[in-house]
Amino acid sequence: MPDYILTSEILNKASDILVNSLINAGVRTVLLIDSAGNILVNCGQESEDVDSISLAALAAANLGATSQMAKLIGEDDFSLLFHKGKTGNINFGRIGNDLILVTIFGEEVSLGLVRCRITDISESIRKIFEG
Amino acid sequence: MAIIDLSKREVHCKIVYYGPGRCGKTTNLLYIYNAMNSEHRGKMITIDTKGDRTLFFDLLPLNLGKIRGFNIRIQLYTVPGQVMYAATRKLVLKGVDGLVFVADPLKVRKERNIESLADLGRNLEEYDLKFDEMPLVLQYNKRDLVDTPVPTMSVDELTEDLNKELKIEAFEAIAVKGTGVFETLKEISKQTVHHVATKHLLNKQNP
Ligand SMILES: Nc1nc2c(ncn2[C@@H]2O[C@H](COP(=O)(O)OP(=O)(O)O)[C@@H](O)[C@H]2O)c(=O)[nH]1
Ligand SMILES: [Mg+2]
Repeated sequence: MPDYILTSEILNKASDILVNSLINAGVRTVLLIDSAGNILVNCGQESEDVDSISLAALAAANLGATSQMAKLIGEDDFSLLFHKGKTGNINFGRIGNDLILVTIFGEEVSLGLVRCRITDISESIRKIFEG
Repeated sequence: MAIIDLSKREVHCKIVYYGPGRCGKTTNLLYIYNAMNSEHRGKMITIDTKGDRTLFFDLLPLNLGKIRGFNIRIQLYTVPGQVMYAATRKLVLKGVDGLVFVADPLKVRKERNIESLADLGRNLEEYDLKFDEMPLVLQYNKRDLVDTPVPTMSVDELTEDLNKELKIEAFEAIAVKGTGVFETLKEISKQTVHHVATKHLLNKQNP
């Protein structure tokens, strides 16, 4: 498992992509984290209000636990992980080997659109961090 | 899996407190949480069962100030010690940069300590990590019990059981009172930051 060295060039590239494709589509907050729970990129309107450090740690643990459950029932991993709330929803997606994209969004955006956009940008994000 | 953010000049590391159930890992974090100024620490998160047993982990984010112009941010985690939580223990170890092994001095926990250290070794191996390549310190906790009728092990006996081959730095502690807690934290933070820095930063700055 690699350490990540982040330069402003890398961070700018990644947040440009995340803002253009997700935040501009109405997603509230996007967190790109690694599977140890460290935050690499944090963008969106509420990124100041959300306790992103805790969120990242719990998201990484949640995904880790889910993929262990998958293995217990003979699956490789579950491809979708999504929690629906009254006004806020949260979606988790894996990118490459060690990255997790956490998106938080409300009623105004559909899950389908969010998923679609994530699929579109996954490869470019992976390339930025994993080469 | 440390993160070195050159744009914000920050280093993020993950330190895990490991050890058998009830040895005092959560107590270490609670003491640090209560003793540190809120500017230097974040919220403490605990995922536990109805009792006070750690189910998944505790997390305490700390900001340790600057070293060589880099802001040092450390996330302290604990693992659940009980044997049945093997899978969650392994998950918490993912991406670990430094380790504290907390040992319980109760005579009845002798085998539990040894087994937990062996379990740590096996889990590290699964992540392609090795004891002798990792920042690692020992803590002999609950030294206050030595003066009570409860049968406890001496430091020599603990050393014989746990540190004969590793030969790493060991701290005596009374986590409930805070004795030895910051000494342990300081040493493991120093080793961890040094480890990450020599891997990535120093080499490049002074070739
Ligand atoms: N006497 C004594 N008890 C301690 C000490 N540290 C922790 N404990 C107690 O040991 C029990 C288990 O501690 P906890 O931190 O939950 O253990 P964990 O399972 O390793 O997280 C609690 O009742 C603590 O109050 C210590 O230094 N001395
Ligand atoms: Mg605990």
